[in-house]
Amino acid sequence: MLVSYKWLQDFLDLSQTTAIELADKMSRTGIEVEEVNTLQDGLKKIVVGYVKEAKAHENSDHLSVCQVDVGEEEDYQIVCGAPNVATGQKVVVALPGARITGNIKIKKNKMRGEVSMGMICSLEEMGFPENVIPKAYADGIYVLPSDANVGEEAYAYLGMDDPIIELSVTPNRADALSMMGVAHEVGAIYRQQPKFDKKILKETSSMSIQDLLTVRVEDEKDAPNYRMRVVENLTIKESPLWLQTRLMNAGIRPHNNVVDVTNYVLLLFGQPLHAFDYDKIGSKEILVRRGLPEETLMTLDGVERKVGPENIMITNGQAPIALAGVMGGFDSEVTEETTSVAIEAASFDPALTRKTSAQFNLRSESSARFEKGINLATVQEALDYAAMLMAELGDGEVVAGEIVASETLPEQIIVDISLEKINRLLGTDLLTSEVNEIFDALGFAYSENDEYYAIEIPPRRWDIKIPEDIVEEVARIYGYDDLPSTLPKGEALPGGLTVNQQLIREIRDILEGSGLSEAISYALTTEEKAGQFVIQHGENVKLASPMSEDHSVMRQSLISGLLTDMSYNVARKNLNVALYEIGNIFIQKEKKEIPEQRKHLALAITGLWHEKAWSETNQSVDFYLLKGIVENLMTMLGAENVRYEATVEYSELHPGRTAKMILNEEVIGFVGQLHPSMAKAYDIHDTFVCEIDLDILFAQELKNFDFKEVSKYPSVSRDIALLVDKNITNQQLIDVIRAKGGAYLKDVHLFDVFEGEKLGKAKKSLAYSLTFQNPASTLVDEEVTQAMEKISSALENNFSAEIR
Amino acid sequence: MSLKQQLEKLKEKTIAEIDEAVDLNALNNIRVEILGKKGPITEVLRGMKDLSSEERPVVGSFANEIKNKIAQKIEEKKEILESQALDEALVAETLDVTLPGKKVPQGTRHILTQIMEEIEDIFIGMGYQVIEGYEVEKDAYNFERMNIPKNHPARDMQDSFYVTEELLLRTHTSPVQARTMEVHDFSKGPLRMISPGKVFRRDNDDATHSHQFHQIEGLVIDKNITMGDLKGTLEVLLKKMFGEDREIRLRPSYFPFTEPSVEVDVSCFKCGGAGCNVCKKTGWIEILGAGMVHPTVLEMSGIDPEVYSGFAFGLGPDRVAMLRYGVTDIRSFYLNDLRFIEQFKVKESN
Repeated sequence: MLVSYKWLQDFLDLSQTTAIELADKMSRTGIEVEEVNTLQDGLKKIVVGYVKEAKAHENSDHLSVCQVDVGEEEDYQIVCGAPNVATGQKVVVALPGARITGNIKIKKNKMRGEVSMGMICSLEEMGFPENVIPKAYADGIYVLPSDANVGEEAYAYLGMDDPIIELSVTPNRADALSMMGVAHEVGAIYRQQPKFDKKILKETSSMSIQDLLTVRVEDEKDAPNYRMRVVENLTIKESPLWLQTRLMNAGIRPHNNVVDVTNYVLLLFGQPLHAFDYDKIGSKEILVRRGLPEETLMTLDGVERKVGPENIMITNGQAPIALAGVMGGFDSEVTEETTSVAIEAASFDPALTRKTSAQFNLRSESSARFEKGINLATVQEALDYAAMLMAELGDGEVVAGEIVASETLPEQIIVDISLEKINRLLGTDLLTSEVNEIFDALGFAYSENDEYYAIEIPPRRWDIKIPEDIVEEVARIYGYDDLPSTLPKGEALPGGLTVNQQLIREIRDILEGSGLSEAISYALTTEEKAGQFVIQHGENVKLASPMSEDHSVMRQSLISGLLTDMSYNVARKNLNVALYEIGNIFIQKEKKEIPEQRKHLALAITGLWHEKAWSETNQSVDFYLLKGIVENLMTMLGAENVRYEATVEYSELHPGRTAKMILNEEVIGFVGQLHPSMAKAYDIHDTFVCEIDLDILFAQELKNFDFKEVSKYPSVSRDIALLVDKNITNQQLIDVIRAKGGAYLKDVHLFDVFEGEKLGKAKKSLAYSLTFQNPASTLVDEEVTQAMEKISSALENNFSAEIR
Repeated sequence: MSLKQQLEKLKEKTIAEIDEAVDLNALNNIRVEILGKKGPITEVLRGMKDLSSEERPVVGSFANEIKNKIAQKIEEKKEILESQALDEALVAETLDVTLPGKKVPQGTRHILTQIMEEIEDIFIGMGYQVIEGYEVEKDAYNFERMNIPKNHPARDMQDSFYVTEELLLRTHTSPVQARTMEVHDFSKGPLRMISPGKVFRRDNDDATHSHQFHQIEGLVIDKNITMGDLKGTLEVLLKKMFGEDREIRLRPSYFPFTEPSVEVDVSCFKCGGAGCNVCKKTGWIEILGAGMVHPTVLEMSGIDPEVYSGFAFGLGPDRVAMLRYGVTDIRSFYLNDLRFIEQFKVKESN
């Protein structure tokens, strides 16, 4: 809502303040002000001129050479390119040295041989937005009324000296979408009752409206209010300048005296109106009903709209003539030929209006108000005001009587509230006298009895319904700055993170300590990526109507997001990337139920782990580096017994370099190398990834360890080197070593793996260092030897291992 | 020359040699030569058999004395030489200490996580729990339970991604509040919670809009919770986040789920209120929305608004990060460019 500061002064005495101060106060007490803008600001040397003579330029087919009186001794010669410039006009002149909009400086110059002392201006050149400029002046200069004073600054004529306060009105305060509503709001701030002059409607026509129209509303829920008046014998013309400037300053384009009056009343009362050309209604009947299947209407903008039962239509008994509350029909539009108009003042169902305007993507000043509700107490007043003003400005006559097809008077709302409740919710110690003063300022009638209030809410404040609304009114007028600043009293609570939340923070610490940075990627991804790298396949959670294919499906794994991040980095020459992410993945279950949401962790590394430095050679990332990071993480979380089993299940991963992670017989995730074809698809090089289902991991018993006293007795180490078939795994060997090592086998450490020509192609050698320790006494050599023998023979028997 | 004189002479000569020894090797040679089995002292001692039984012990003890003195002198000299040798060795080992150290890998926490954890910790200190919720929510919890029925104009403010008629990507973290309120047992104490997380709105991504961003909301429900409590709590939060000398200001606003509703501004942490480009010359920065929980919201969650009252607030970690660090493009948070994320290695302390 754009509020004219000058117009506001019709209702209030604001002589003691400024627009800027007012704007600040409004922001602090209720309605946010986006900005205060005065069109004149930044402009200079723009005056009224009189075109004494305009004749065609000899060397141009579109320029005119004008002799313009600008109030100085000599006339100025100005060359003008506007098609509508003519002798005898009062125009707006930018003198040499002037500044017009966009901080453009106007200089004396020569145009095709003729001197031009400045410029005759269009509205656009003075900073009016293109969408508010009357069509008649859209392609040319603006013509001022003939009584404008030559040589005077031109700003005031066009309302350019008026500070325009741009309000950002929240949906609940639709009452501030009218000048009257804003006047009440400002009045409350300055403790003034706004004054609105009442106009007496004169019905001068000999006709009676009953002879001209019958009006019927099929369903009063659709149009709780619907009333009409007719004005006849009108002359359609340009509105007076004061009306045009008020509209333009409010962001509305002036059209003609009838349409402008409907918009003026909309701004003044907040009551949307529509004027039909009475002679083009096509019948003597108005019927408000729902649209029929296959019905169409060409709206004012010339677009054929297919309407239906979801739309409220104004019809002539047969065919639609307007899309109720949203836009009028093309065929019944008021034009220069119009002589009689039927004016509609109504209210329409907010939800249906909202839907209709959304359906056709037609947001109008009218629909915006109907959607949020209007003041039901001024429907009639607004209609009468409009009829009267149209008659006045169009030299017409108001037909006797009005037709009321439906009428819903505002419900009288009384809100009861105690002083105690106000103070209890605000934390204040207000007295009745203070609260009374606030209600008076707001113009609310009330009775107070033993600190209990009954407040009569005026219909102009239809947002107020419950005691808490009153609390807000009191708080904002009292001033939030003056509220006390306290902390909740009540019981002291420990507060804190849950075990899982702590674990997640720990994971972050550990992984960052391991050199990985945290990423946060988009949860919405492509259908293809959503299904990649999943631990357990499920159905995708798909958006019903995504904005783009790239963000259409919720992810089922985090890796694809990290790979997207990686390819973004690699494309920007960040070649060495180590990232992790913790986030939710989603699997669709029952369509009506919330999808399964699981917390996952993913890791991805590519490029060099560290670059070549003066002190060391570079090291590329590899499978065992990532596995080491994962193993360390698991150790730190107390998940010691994770098993890594080779798998070919994941088509996105290298079939020979991927392991499933298994804890207590449950698959918690996987670690592996990205399949080369996948790496190619993401445009990255060798990359290693891991994804873990934290919900499964956290469900295991973690961090469950028993402290053991450090043994006083020395440990004994023995090395064993094995020659085995290449397909025997480390895990198999370790399992046997552990199983046969006896109670004193403390640690098994693999210190060498060797494959080579010498060993034969299908063989490999592994060397382990085994540590034995007896917590209760010094180990006897024989005990260790016995254990080693058992281990050796089991390895020989199970794997035909050759002990070297 | 008597044996004694011979010994005396030997001692002097040897001590002079020891003094002149330049390294441990030379010293060792002296030791072997003088004190060894074939050395001159042994030689002298061997000649004692020709002495009388009276003289023998005298010369013997004198010889031993000389031997000990020389040995001691050798030890002393050895220490000096060793110390010199060490000094030389250390000099030879001198490093260019300005060469860079070996790189120890260290990752960085995402700046949004850092900010969320920072806020979580402030509230944990005040007895709040941290509660997460569903990112794909029921319309009922996201809107209706927040007093935003179907066709409510406020739904315009939060254009959303629907999955089905009933399911959507949550547009705010408020549904977590509804879910927590309906199960909270007030006999076990008041409800104090914050809920951080991802939210989604139907926006085209550009420098200032992102279809995915973060929110962190707080809620306190108890008997006698006041708007003053809200103001005081937010003062604590904003002072901890932006500095002790920050001021806050509340402006009336509208949210369907709170009444009264306010927008909260914090005095500009960059210019201190004088006006700069961060606060758009106003001295104030709009930082969060808040209010007293709407009685309808309480009722729908089974809480009697006549007995209990509460406040709620919400702020955006993305916005906080943008303001605090001057990040100009919200998309930076989700592209994970290392050159961006690794800048936040140094954490804010407060």
